[in-house]
Amino acid sequence: MLAEFALAALWLAAALAALQLLAGVLVLSEKALVLGGIVRPLAVVQGLLALAALLGLIGLFATTDLSVALVAENSHSAKPMLYKIAGTWGNHEGSMLLWVAVMGLAGSFVALVERRLPERTMLATLAGQAFVSLGFYAFLLLASNPFARLTQPPPEGNGLNPLLQDPGLAFHPPTLYLGYVGLSIAFSFAIGALVTREVGPAFARAMRPWVLGAWIFLTLGITAGSYWAYYVLGWGGWWFWDPVENASLMPWLAATALLHSCSVLAARDALRAWTVMLGVVAFSMSMIGTFLVRSGILTSVHAFAVDPLRGKFILALLAINIGGALTLFALRAGSVTEGERFSVTSREGALVFNNVMLTGILGIVLIGTLYPLVTEAVGVRVSVGPPYFNPVTALFALPMMLVMMVGPLLRWRRDAPGRVARAQGWVMALPPVVGVVTAAVFIAHGGIGLLPLIGLSLAPALALASLLPLRGRDLTRLPLPVWGMVVAHFGIAVAMAGMASDSAFSTERLIAAHVGEETRVGPWAVRLAGVAPVAGPNWTAMEARLVVRYDGAGATTLTPQSRTYWAPPQTTGVSALLTRWNGQLYTVMGEEVEGDRWQLRLWWKPFVPLIWLGGALVALGGALALLGRVSADLKRISVRTRMADRRQRQGR
Amino acid sequence: MLAALMLAAPVLAPVLAPALADDTMPAAPYAYRQLPDPAQEARAQALMETLRCLVCQSQSIADSDAAIAGDMRSIVRQRIAAGESPEAIRAWLVARYGAYVSYAPTLSGLTWPLFAAPLGLLAAAALLLRRRFGWGIRA
Repeated sequence: MLAEFALAALWLAAALAALQLLAGVLVLSEKALVLGGIVRPLAVVQGLLALAALLGLIGLFATTDLSVALVAENSHSAKPMLYKIAGTWGNHEGSMLLWVAVMGLAGSFVALVERRLPERTMLATLAGQAFVSLGFYAFLLLASNPFARLTQPPPEGNGLNPLLQDPGLAFHPPTLYLGYVGLSIAFSFAIGALVTREVGPAFARAMRPWVLGAWIFLTLGITAGSYWAYYVLGWGGWWFWDPVENASLMPWLAATALLHSCSVLAARDALRAWTVMLGVVAFSMSMIGTFLVRSGILTSVHAFAVDPLRGKFILALLAINIGGALTLFALRAGSVTEGERFSVTSREGALVFNNVMLTGILGIVLIGTLYPLVTEAVGVRVSVGPPYFNPVTALFALPMMLVMMVGPLLRWRRDAPGRVARAQGWVMALPPVVGVVTAAVFIAHGGIGLLPLIGLSLAPALALASLLPLRGRDLTRLPLPVWGMVVAHFGIAVAMAGMASDSAFSTERLIAAHVGEETRVGPWAVRLAGVAPVAGPNWTAMEARLVVRYDGAGATTLTPQSRTYWAPPQTTGVSALLTRWNGQLYTVMGEEVEGDRWQLRLWWKPFVPLIWLGGALVALGGALALLGRVSADLKRISVRTRMADRRQRQGR
Repeated sequence: MLAALMLAAPVLAPVLAPALADDTMPAAPYAYRQLPDPAQEARAQALMETLRCLVCQSQSIADSDAAIAGDMRSIVRQRIAAGESPEAIRAWLVARYGAYVSYAPTLSGLTWPLFAAPLGLLAAAALLLRRRFGWGIRA
């Protein structure tokens, strides 16, 4: 019964979304103003119904109801509960249901709390949200029903890919989806503002927390996904320029640009059209990412044809949503002026420059990801990978980093380099000097590639520069958003240091060791002390006991495993990592060779955890900014309510 | 990547199956063994990171447990040890497996847009910034 209830909830949610759209349109076209009052409640209930459907599916997975096709295909009764639940979104239908549930809830949340904008703009926003949701409901219900029953339930399910049986699955996809879908709110706001021509600081202030929130989740999702890939794949790589990774990077790049132009619009009433455009682009990137991942087109253009309904459905959604938004933008661009002007040397100038650079990187990633599909369609398969993406994105990232060092020190509207130099004094010279000295040291060290070298020298310079906005300010009174900016920019420097250090200084050791043998990797001595069989709930494994010593210090034991799952039958290595303040020792156990030797793969990766620490700092910066913005808004609202109360009491 | 795994799980399974079947064969000599000369090994590693594992989804041969990736690693290491240049090895592999095997696209009649794109984007960026600010005009 649960599956039927959940499916009914999903159909009801879709119907309410249709009603929400209709009511919004009727009110906006002034045909039935009386419907204005029901749009918000509709949005709330629609979100709750979508959540109910998702909870239903989670329930089916938790109880391993094998009469449901999706559960039988993707779950197994012997799986640990965490992976039964997380497995709900470890497949196509479930992840799309997660997507619409998050989208519905985001819409509910906006409908409940957002009261700063003119009601017409809000109605247009909620109608836009309903329109986008409706497309995805239709996709789920017509082309990917997660609740389809089997007439003959199998005795046992197929299980879940072992690489996915990891706590990362419980955390990474929902986080990323919160980010993707959070951008749908920015998209709907942009549509709403375009429809009612209300693009201004109030619109930017209303949209900013949603963009910030989505951006924080995207940052966390990408960071967590990268770390998950790093430890689960067993080769020490943390970013592969894989189309699916790119699909998450593109919305992040657009959201980063949007976040900054939103701030310009809120503070200075400039960059109106640009901000709206980025709002459309950011969610478009989320949808393109979903299309890439969901249509199967990534494995092969021809996989698209295997299930043409799904692929064409998403393509049509994409064309309608993005095409519609861009048409609306083109129609209204004339009436949405650019807003206030500013000079090149100004805070806005620096932000515009970096916005353009971020968009450039976005363009490169988009073209590099899609182009192989184009060539495959004409019969030639080519690969575009790190040798293309690394240098070409650096072309845009490098000037951006340089401008990022000075941008926060500039004043709004108009500034002069001389003024900044005078205000900051000798400290201004510190970042470039540190950067040049570091570069000189590493060039003398030798053997470091150009890009890691640039990263290694730029990172300390950027770290110092990102702290400069704190100078001469009363730190106890500094607004939270400024702290947020400083922490986030510092986080970028930290992450860059980690990336460059990993490329420049990692050492690798591959060995077929017999028990008792000792080997070295970097400053570590690693001894294979023993190999023993162990068993888990749905796997058995051979486990190596590695006794490791850092530079003669005390011994620690690491236990990498070679695991064999039985549903589905698959062998996978489980890495064991040891983190020190100055890096990570990464150990993987391979197969038995030549009878009594075991393959071991060992890496010493100096400062590699800085990559994810940096990512976490960037997200923390976002969280501080969000906290600052939201609490300022709440304060403003409570002051307004108090004043209204007083007026009422005084009988005015 | 992880998202790739997760979303590609049903797609990956059939791909992994033959790779597993091949595991009954002993791995090629240099699949899991480094070259004794660190300079040669570094060259081999740099090359391996830019070659695609043909049966995996978006992994280089330096990042994969698949049997074919092991075989290719062994080929790369042996040829580097024999003194061949990395680009010659890449060319040999491309001749054998097609351009798909190399993550470094080369300029050709088909791939030129990849190389024109950054130039086009830079030009567009310059144009956009110029229109916004004007050269030398300080509004």
